[in-house]
Amino acid sequence: MGCGRVGAELAHLLDAEGHKVTVIDVESDRFDELPPDFSGMAFLGDATDEEILRKAGMEQADAFVAVTRDDERNAMAAQIAKQIFNVPRVLCRIYDPLREDFYSGLGLEAISPTRVFVRLLKERLGE
Amino acid sequence: MYIIVVGGGEVGHCLCKQLLDEGHEVLVIEKDAKKCEHIEEELGDICLHGDASEITILNKAGITRAEMVIAVTGEDEDNLAACQIAKQKFNVPRVIARISTPRNEKIFAKLGVECTVDAVDIISEHIKAETMLFPLTRLFSIRDRGLEVVLVRVGRNSPAVGKPIGELSLPLGSVISLVIRQGEESEIPTADVVLKEGSQLICLVPTENIDSFQAIFKES
Repeated sequence: MGCGRVGAELAHLLDAEGHKVTVIDVESDRFDELPPDFSGMAFLGDATDEEILRKAGMEQADAFVAVTRDDERNAMAAQIAKQIFNVPRVLCRIYDPLREDFYSGLGLEAISPTRVFVRLLKERLGE
Repeated sequence: MYIIVVGGGEVGHCLCKQLLDEGHEVLVIEKDAKKCEHIEEELGDICLHGDASEITILNKAGITRAEMVIAVTGEDEDNLAACQIAKQKFNVPRVIARISTPRNEKIFAKLGVECTVDAVDIISEHIKAETMLFPLTRLFSIRDRGLEVVLVRVGRNSPAVGKPIGELSLPLGSVISLVIRQGEESEIPTADVVLKEGSQLICLVPTENIDSFQAIFKES
């Protein structure tokens, strides 16, 4: 969910590894980020909508990743994936580190790029 | 009571005004600086500019002493996030979320936000009632009892026409509370009141029995 730079790149890598990949975004222009040889599916729609997710094949999904720019949307879609569709592996991006803790507490696998990047910078500085 | 309202759009604005009139202490959290300004001009210094699903903003809002959080932005995901954080992180006793996608009622309930108000559904039900084209309109839900207050029109040739209320096989738990006949006084009916085509009834029906209740009064 979310075909920005991160979403498109991840979809590309997974596709190249031979996984069956569907990318969902609300804006069709975003699919331009996908490489020309992408063999997965591009699905136009709102991934916080249960019906859209069902149509996109969520019931068969082994993993779901939410990486839109919007923490709330990622959190809601990830919870629908986990609680309604019982997708075995669900990851979501939550920029705000404090909210990352909150959603982790709810059992989501939330990743804060802010926190990851800060850790990386600190490590580099320590070298 | 200290109440935090999330979203200072038209619904938020109107709600705050009424809560203030009732004497409650109200704080609105709104992302858009312009909307904040507008609210402060009219209602005074009650607006906090920021994102209500950010924990720092909620702390600034003094959420630990809030007795209720009402999230009424136009975005369901923002309302969900604000209510979940308020309830599960800060133990706010009562959270209410506005939803715009009807399917989200069940999703919100599953994710711990049981009390939702669906604006689209409410408006369409009210319009349905005004058209007088529908056999049944839901007026109000008593959610924690699983009951609906509905307005029913007795349709032409429906199974209920010409029968005393006592002889109707109403679904379990449902009650006809008021009979409204055109040009006559309304009455709280007894079992021997006979229903006529076109009468309107205010009824109390268990949510799961709405369909079978409706069938009794439907035009055939």
